[in-house]
Formats: sequence, C-alpha cells, structure tokens
Amino acid sequence: MRDVSFQVRRGEVVALLGPSGAGKSTLLTAIGLVNPPTSGRITISGCPVMDGPRPLVNLRAFRRKYLGFVFQKANLIPFLNALENVQVALEINDASPRKARKRALELLEYLGVADRSHSLPSTLSGGQQQRVAVARALANNPSLILADEPTAALDSHRGRQVMELFRMVAHEHKAGVIVVTHDHRALDVFDRILEMEDGELRPFAVASSNS
Amino acid sequence: MNLAIRDIRHKLSRFLLTAVGIGLLLMIVMGMAGIYQGLSEDALSFLERTKADLWVVQRGTRGPFAEISRIPWNLEDRVYAVTGVAKARAFVSHTIQREYQSRPLRMVVQGLAWPQDDGNVLPLIAGRVLGQAHYEMLADRTLGLRLGDRVSLGKDIYTVVGITAGMTGPAGDGFAFFTIPDSIAIQYDTPGEAIRLEREARRSRLRRQDLGNTQPILQERAAGPASQLPALGTQNVSAIMVNVAPGVDPARVAKVISGWSDVTVYFNNVQRELMLRSIERNRKQLGMFRTLLVIISAIIMALILYTLTLDKMHDIAMFKLMGARNRTIVALILQQALLLGALGYALAYSIGLWVFPFFPRRVAITSANLVQLALIVLAISVLSSLLGIWKAMSVQPNEILA
Repeated sequence: MRDVSFQVRRGEVVALLGPSGAGKSTLLTAIGLVNPPTSGRITISGCPVMDGPRPLVNLRAFRRKYLGFVFQKANLIPFLNALENVQVALEINDASPRKARKRALELLEYLGVADRSHSLPSTLSGGQQQRVAVARALANNPSLILADEPTAALDSHRGRQVMELFRMVAHEHKAGVIVVTHDHRALDVFDRILEMEDGELRPFAVASSNS
Repeated sequence: MNLAIRDIRHKLSRFLLTAVGIGLLLMIVMGMAGIYQGLSEDALSFLERTKADLWVVQRGTRGPFAEISRIPWNLEDRVYAVTGVAKARAFVSHTIQREYQSRPLRMVVQGLAWPQDDGNVLPLIAGRVLGQAHYEMLADRTLGLRLGDRVSLGKDIYTVVGITAGMTGPAGDGFAFFTIPDSIAIQYDTPGEAIRLEREARRSRLRRQDLGNTQPILQERAAGPASQLPALGTQNVSAIMVNVAPGVDPARVAKVISGWSDVTVYFNNVQRELMLRSIERNRKQLGMFRTLLVIISAIIMALILYTLTLDKMHDIAMFKLMGARNRTIVALILQQALLLGALGYALAYSIGLWVFPFFPRRVAITSANLVQLALIVLAISVLSSLLGIWKAMSVQPNEILA
C-alpha cells in the first residue's frame, strides 16, 4: 500500500476494485486488524486502534466487538449448524447461550435462511452459506463489515442478491461495509466505489444516492 | 455451547474408532498392572490364608516357598512342646507334573496336617474339605479337574472332593491339597524298578566288602522289605507352621526355636517378603513394560490430538478472527483430549472385565490400580493435548485470508 487514506461512514457500502495483486486484500487485512500496516493510523468508531504496527487496543477483543468478516468461501465452521455458526459469534462476545440463540435465529430470519437453521454448512447452497456468513458477521452489531470477494464463488443472480444484502444490512444496521470485489456486475448497489492499483487508492466512481 | 462435543459429534465414527484404539492400549496397561498384582496375589494366596505366626524351616534355607526346605516331620512335636505354642502343623509343598487324560497336569502339591487342617481356610467353590486321612484331594479350578475325578499319582488314586478358586502358585500352577502322608508319598514315589535296582546295588556293595562276606544275614536284610527307605527313613516335610497362644509374644517363641541348630524360624511377614522377593524379577519386568506402554500411549494420544488439531486449523483461525479468546480454543482441544481419555479408560475397563478371565494367569485389578490408571490417563490426556494446543496457539487469523 502506498499512502492509502480514506474513510467509510456508518451505513455506507463501499466497493474496492482492482486487479489481482493491487493490494486490496492487504488493505482489508490491515483494516481487519489482522496484518498491521508498516505505518499510518487506523481508527474505527472514533477509537484509534493501530499506530503503524503498534496496536493501541486488544485487537482480538476489538475484532469481536466492532468488526464482522465475510469471505469468498463462507468459512463457516463445518461442525456447527447454521444457527450455531451465528450463535458462536455471539457467545464469543460473552452473550448468554439463550440470548445468543434467540439473536442468531432473528438474524437468520432477517436474512431468509431460518428454515435451514439446523442444517450443517455442507448441506447448504453457496448462496445460503453466504447468508449465514453475513448473519454471523452481523451478530455483534459491528461498526464495520469487511467482505473479501464474497460473490466470487456464486453465479450472477446469487452474487447480486448477496451484494444487495450488504446494502440492506449497511442501511438498516448502520454498519459501514467494505467489499473487495472483481465483480463489476452489481456496482450499482454501492454508495461509493474505490479502485486500487499498484498499492494506490483512488475513486472509481460515485454511485447515485438512489441506488 | 460446547465446541468440543459438537466437533466430536460431527466426526463421531472417527472419534469412536480412535477411542477404541486408545481403550485397547489402556486395557493392556491395565492388564499389565493386573498381572503384576496377580503375581503377588498368587505368591501369597496360601500364605495369607494360613495365618501362621511363625514358619520353621530347614536351617539356612528360605523355604518352604522361596526355596526347597526339608525337615523331619517329627519336628512338629518338638515345636509343639515349646512354651507358648498353641498349634504346630506340618506343611508340605512341591511341584509335580504328570499326565492326566492325555494332557500334562502340572500342580503344586500342598500337604495339610489333617485333621487339624482339612482345607476349611481355603476358598472352596464346590464340594467339601478333606474328609479322610488318605486318597482325597482338593484341586484349584485352574487345574481343569472336576468333582469326582480320580487322579493317579504315584502308586495311588486320589478323588477330587473339593474345588478351590484363586489358589495358584507364583509360577501360575494350580494348587492341589492332600493330607501330609499322601503328599509325602507323591513326592517320594519311587518306581518299582528303581527299588529293585537299589536292592541289587546294596547286595553288590555288601558282597564287595568284608562286612558283607563275614555276615551274610546283612545281605538279606539290605534287600528285604524292612530296608525300604520310607519304612526306616525319617519322613520329611517342608515346614512347620506355628500359631502362638493368645497373649504370647511370637518373638519369644521364635527366640527359643531359633536356638536350635537344625532349623531357621521366620515370622509370617518375613515369609511374605521372601515370597515377594522370589517374584521380584518378574514384577520388575512387568513394571518396566507397563511404564513403556504408558509412555507409548501418551505419545500416540499426543499424535492423535495433534492430528485432530491440524484438521481444525482453519476453523481455529476463524475463531481467532472472530475474536475468540485463547481459553476458548484451549478448552476445545483439552476437552477433546479428556473425553478421549475418559472414553478410552471406560472401554479399557469394560473390555478388560470381559477378556481378563480368559488369561492364563490371574489378572487382579484392584481399586487402587483403577484409581492409579485413571490418574495416569488424566495426566496423559492433559500432556498429550499440549502439542495440539501449542499448534493451535501458533495459527494466525490471517491464515483465513490465505
């Protein structure tokens, strides 16, 4: 990354485009507090969390309270069913099992996969898995959701559905969403589009406010 | 929610198969301890039941169990005459092997001072005690004899009138109990041809000496019935068991008897130690094998848990990315290790209960052994999980993004 500096507001959905090797995942892992930057500052929800490579907070605790992740492969835990995959994220954040279960069920209903709550990930379709992954990412009401190529393994119809899901989630849950994607097909769902090339970040286009 | 249980449920058949393997290994560890204990119990099976205070044996020997001892039977009267002695009983012990129904029958012949000792202290599971002075026997069930079986030993036939359980010698041979005269007759049974050869040898020796030529009547006597060794010779027993009168100090009685120059006296606890020392080498060997097996079990469990952790590395990275604390991940691995150990232990015990009775030697599993093994399994489970935990702690959350 070279002098990358930008902001994402709560409720905003931002796309991050760019060819392979441009530095998109590097940026995402830095924001996700997984791979520290060499220099610079990361502030999330008004709280400075990284000063260069130096963490200013307990990163794991911060991740579980303020961040949510969605990946190209849903990365659901294979030995937990759909409900438990969401529930575990809540219990990790110290929710009681009863409350965690209730909230998990609400999220699955919100995302339209409640009827598959007792199914293991291996029996879910790609789109269903991604919905469960989004529910898990939303579990602790994060300030920021980071999605790395979430539609790469899906067909265009399902891919668009997932992108629209992000828009809905961002607007209704007031979470900022950053989506790294190669997929130009559903760019109209994003509030802002950034492009990364050779480690440099620049605006790609600004979508209309009605999209 | 319990992540360990859910992971196990997801791969239940693999977990169960692994537990069976661990269980079989632990069963062998348990069995080794049982054989180790069984050796001691076999060695002490008769000694513990006699409740003798003192044992009088041949001077300088560690008899009658750890070593052969031969003392005159009439020593019983001499010992009984000592002040403070309430009971003095002769005892015979020797091992023989004979053919019975076309199979070798190896037994430890024990002579009891009937009618004082008729076998009432023995653990009879069928039949009755010895009821007459000759031609009856009590047999341990390991000998494979049944009530009413007639066994030819020496020149006589003995009927099995009682069956015992758990009465075997240090070498694993079953005990057979006879009266003292019968046990001596069995021990000193001499074939007819040997008697005839000995008679002729005596005649021949006399003819070569002046004594034989000058007194021919000696040749007749040397070969006649009166010169047969059992008739003239002193009958020997293995030991005299002594019980002192109530209120009498056994040490005082022992001091008197040990002043005699032809015998050695042992207290019962010393006799016990001599017995255990006689099987010490076997016990040490088993102990070493058991230690090796425990180490091998620990290594195998560690490798299994490490492999189970490697299978979950991606999931562990995901948990870390979600912000799971280290203790959540440690608990996942440690609980699986403990469950594997517990299930293995339970299977070891269940399978062992079924299999051990078929072993040729006694496998004595005591509560102390079970508790000891449980603690060993607990320690193995915890230690073997450390490798998996170390691996889990080393995984980075960004591996999810790789």
